[in-house]
Amino acid sequence: MSKYEKVAYYPGCALEGTAHAYNESTKAVGKALGLELDEVEDWNCCGAMEVKNVDPKVQTYLSSRVMSIAANEMQHKVVMAPCNGCYHNLKKAEYDLAHDASSREVVERISKKAGHQTYQAGQVETIHALDWIKDGIGEDELKRRLKGSLKGLKVANYYGCMYTRPRHIFPEKDQGPGSESTLQPHFMDDLLAAAGAENVDFPLKTACCGGAHTLSDSDTSTRLVLNILQAAEAAGADVIATECPTCHSGLEMHQVRAEKVLGEKTKVKMLYFTQLLGVALGVSPRKLGVHENVSDGISLLKEKQIA
Amino acid sequence: MRQPLLERAEAALESWVEARGQVPTRETVEGFRLLALHRQGARGVPSFNACRETCREIAYHYNLLGERQDERQELMMRMLVQHLELFVRGKLEIEGLGEFCCASRPLRQKSGSEEKTDA
Repeated sequence: MSKYEKVAYYPGCALEGTAHAYNESTKAVGKALGLELDEVEDWNCCGAMEVKNVDPKVQTYLSSRVMSIAANEMQHKVVMAPCNGCYHNLKKAEYDLAHDASSREVVERISKKAGHQTYQAGQVETIHALDWIKDGIGEDELKRRLKGSLKGLKVANYYGCMYTRPRHIFPEKDQGPGSESTLQPHFMDDLLAAAGAENVDFPLKTACCGGAHTLSDSDTSTRLVLNILQAAEAAGADVIATECPTCHSGLEMHQVRAEKVLGEKTKVKMLYFTQLLGVALGVSPRKLGVHENVSDGISLLKEKQIA
Repeated sequence: MRQPLLERAEAALESWVEARGQVPTRETVEGFRLLALHRQGARGVPSFNACRETCREIAYHYNLLGERQDERQELMMRMLVQHLELFVRGKLEIEGLGEFCCASRPLRQKSGSEEKTDA
């Protein structure tokens, strides 16, 4: 049995709100692939950007609590977080607890006050949904389980910035063949290619989407997103595959805003990679929440005779 | 066309370095002043690394266009440079507000994180 066959699942706040479709499609793909998700009980916010900016050690505690529940109360060895922000914060907490005595001290103090066992670095391995499928199933097994194909669909894979940065919190990456790369991430490309998609050469796959300052400086965010959308179209993509709820929402919302505010219309669609894999695995677009997306993925899938 | 695009990218990073009261470096990293400027600009500002791969892609496309002219590659290099300019402009605008990106530093850094953790 693969260690990723049954993992603790940490959806995080975004997947209960704007990224509901990512949550649904992640669960549907897991079911289709025989990978079991055991949701972390009574999970809390990972600390996101807001808490981290006010006090990074409180963010470390918040993330550590999620890992503590998974390890100490649910006896899991692996926590899977599909959201780049959650994934990043859990990895950062893991790193800080392994390398910084003052972080350990603060986490221990708050954990005692909160009345739960203190998380110790190394108790769980945090992985992204991409690792879960890539390492838990792999391309060959994925191909074996396909009921359809993404043939004819040109995809620009967009990873955003938090999946690979900063490099030091992802020690398992950049370990040679088979491992993920922080310079040129490829796990999403590999999985979608296995499902029949044609990946286009897209040089902005880890470029900033401006998501972090979308409220403080919407115009810059819109222009950054527009540039990503236009580059994807220039690369020949029909769709941008995403694996981060913040990026996904940003791309969709600013696509609309770019047309309204800047008069710049783009046609490329956005779909979570789990929605694309789900379609290839024979799951209906409705179960994958494709109709919940702002950009019209249903028409594209019909036009390409994929769904 | 690749040289003016590379110079535009360097100029964007020079603005960032100068805005932080430093003299833009003339050194190179892996043969590119652009990469040296990025390294200089990211010192003490981890979130500036969010444009590291964009800079490396610009260098890569510069090299590609040295091999042969290709309209599509040139368009991609132009869009990469445009992205870098937008990113730097955004960073300059929000610098006064503090860092909001992935590898952020705390807003009230001077007060010390120990004191702030009231738990």
